[in-house]
Amino acid sequence: MDLTFSAEERAFEKEVRDFIAANLTPEMKRATALTPSVFSDPDIGMAWQRALNKKGWGAPGWPVDHGGPDWTPAQRWIFESESARAGVPNVNVMGVKMVGPVIIGFGSPEQKNFYLPRILSGEDYWCQGYSEPGSGSDLSSLKTRAVRDGDDYIINGTKIWTTHAHHANRMFALVRTNETERQQDGISFILIDMKSPGITTRPILTIGGDHEVNQVFFDDVRVPVANRVGEEGKGWTYGKYLLEFERGAGIASAKLRDALKTISDLAESEVTGRAIDDPDIAFRMSEIEVDIDTLEMTELRVLSALQTGQNPGAVSSLLKLRNSEIRQAVTRLGVDVIGNDGLYVEPVRPLYRLNDTPGIPEELLPVVPEYLNGRAYTIFGGSSEIQREIIAKMMLGL
Amino acid sequence: MDLTLSDEQRLLRESADRFVKETYTADHRRRIANDPLGFSADLWKQFAELGWLALPIAEADGGLGGGAVEVGILMEAFGRGLVSEPYLSTVVIGASLISECGSEAQKQALLPKIADGSLVLAFAHSERQARFDLADVRTTAKRTPDGWRLDGHKTAVLDGNAAGQIIVSAGVDAGDGKPGRLGLFLMPHGTSGLNSRDFARLGGGRACNLDLRDVRLPADALLGDGSDALPAVEAAVDRAMAALGAEAVGIMQTLLDQTLEYTKIRKQFGRPLSANQVIRHRLADMAMQCDEARSMALRAALMADAEPVARGRAASGAKAKIGKCARFVAEQSVQLHGAMGVTEELDIGSYFKRLLAFDTLFGGSAHHYRRYAALGGRAVQA
Repeated sequence: MDLTFSAEERAFEKEVRDFIAANLTPEMKRATALTPSVFSDPDIGMAWQRALNKKGWGAPGWPVDHGGPDWTPAQRWIFESESARAGVPNVNVMGVKMVGPVIIGFGSPEQKNFYLPRILSGEDYWCQGYSEPGSGSDLSSLKTRAVRDGDDYIINGTKIWTTHAHHANRMFALVRTNETERQQDGISFILIDMKSPGITTRPILTIGGDHEVNQVFFDDVRVPVANRVGEEGKGWTYGKYLLEFERGAGIASAKLRDALKTISDLAESEVTGRAIDDPDIAFRMSEIEVDIDTLEMTELRVLSALQTGQNPGAVSSLLKLRNSEIRQAVTRLGVDVIGNDGLYVEPVRPLYRLNDTPGIPEELLPVVPEYLNGRAYTIFGGSSEIQREIIAKMMLGL
Repeated sequence: MDLTLSDEQRLLRESADRFVKETYTADHRRRIANDPLGFSADLWKQFAELGWLALPIAEADGGLGGGAVEVGILMEAFGRGLVSEPYLSTVVIGASLISECGSEAQKQALLPKIADGSLVLAFAHSERQARFDLADVRTTAKRTPDGWRLDGHKTAVLDGNAAGQIIVSAGVDAGDGKPGRLGLFLMPHGTSGLNSRDFARLGGGRACNLDLRDVRLPADALLGDGSDALPAVEAAVDRAMAALGAEAVGIMQTLLDQTLEYTKIRKQFGRPLSANQVIRHRLADMAMQCDEARSMALRAALMADAEPVARGRAASGAKAKIGKCARFVAEQSVQLHGAMGVTEELDIGSYFKRLLAFDTLFGGSAHHYRRYAALGGRAVQA
């Protein structure tokens, strides 16, 4: 056993660092630091995606023949860790990490040829149509219907919590194509052009004051049958495959460490009156840091298992749970660190393009919104309660 | 970067698991609980035959040259069976101190005896006023014409009752009457002036408190050349905490397995306990914390030979985190067993008590969260 990286991996680490140093502009870095929602806005996120794609690193998890860089799990780890440490933009994962793998795994040759290059280049911007007002954790009860009409489906219904639907030109969605006894069997996976007539989008503001999610309505929207991925009625299988990607993409500790470092720097600064001198703050800081060490080690154990071809199993639920809980602990600590400055509300977005000088130091602006928006971490992608149920079933055989 | 077991490590795990499962039954533990030695001398001999006592000793000193990861594999198996043999005192701490501080002559005299099972060691370091501060030692050692005179007291000397030699730490009088550098002294059990109060230890095994009044030791009782032993003590305790962390993982896993089994069998309101979501989620949390403990024990083992700050942070981080997880798993195991969990009629209580002892040994979670931060020098490491 060995915790250190090889000479080749060290060389790769340097290559990543050099790439980031040469391509991450101060504007991108500042915008990322001042973004209190999960993902960067497209102007920032896609600028980074284009830089990555130019280098051949646009889609780390994809196979080589579709434009992936053919990295080992250790290389992916290094790439993600260095990216987090440097504070690169949070590229919307709906394209590269979510719909991309599904199209690669189950799409037709035409779909692969058409969509994959456009994801890599950033020409297409994707959103995910899964949740509905009546279907949250119980996703398979979804009701948005797609009825066959010649070579088209006609879609009626609504999707909710749709991240960046207001920026996206495409959506991948789970829709009901059949009423079946087992509700999972009547679901299909379909790709929708967001400019199709009959689609309307309503913004939903989160409690942190950000417009990141939306509700999307479908009113007799025509989508070609050719836009269905894989077989009719198999959408649930494809969707679950994707959810495993969403949970198990599994390199979260580096981002958490970067987030804690930001709070720690604030706590050591005169701006917060050196909050770190409060023994309770200092103690919680080290508790969280140890939790991050723990998560990092678990991620490395999973990585190591992947490298030897083992299947890590339900551990992705464990990683998702701990990541979300630690994320919330970091943001909660942040609120305590900035004290009275947490009372200041800045309603304008984005925070990196304000017309007026804010009433508190700029770097404190995202702290409270991050905490408030961050309550969603234990809800999206399968709530903590659902994850515990998965652990009970899959890991404990209950 | 590779965190999978090698073939040798897998074999070691299998043989240790098998040995512990066949040997350390509840009956065995009941017998040993009333034994004045606190463990089985026969089994100790078998440990030697299996090569376990030579495991972490360097090949140059006649050992097998294993590392903290191999020790952790053994300790996890020991945890599953609540093994009470003095492995930690003798092999993990004792051999580490002798290897780091001892002269060539001392190493050659002592290490082979550890390996062949003929020498049991104990480490007498902690003192009442020090709590868990390793640098706070008031026991003194003064030079005499024939050697040394030691005075002071020591608490929680694990396996001190059974040790042929006790390694005692003391501030060495520099000649000006002020306490000087920390020295380690080999003190045979029965030395005149040594008053030992022997007791059964929480969670199994034995320990003693020592009073040293005008204890006279020969000149060669001092380990090594008299340079400050504190760094070696810190290294040995960090390794001990990594080993204890692995042992705790074995204990926690056993508690989880037994509790899981029980909640499947035990029926109330016409269905198994495990059909209730509140129970299922509690068990999921227990499983998660077992896994977290496993990560941290492995991390501390892999960093046991790193430079002192990284090693110390890994050891303290592990001790703090595993301590917290251990308490949760132990307390929930009792809770989910209901009233039976509070009785001596089930094994659960023994495992519970061993975890409580683990949490206390070398300092609890709060102490180690603070040490982790203090070693960092700043709040968060980038």
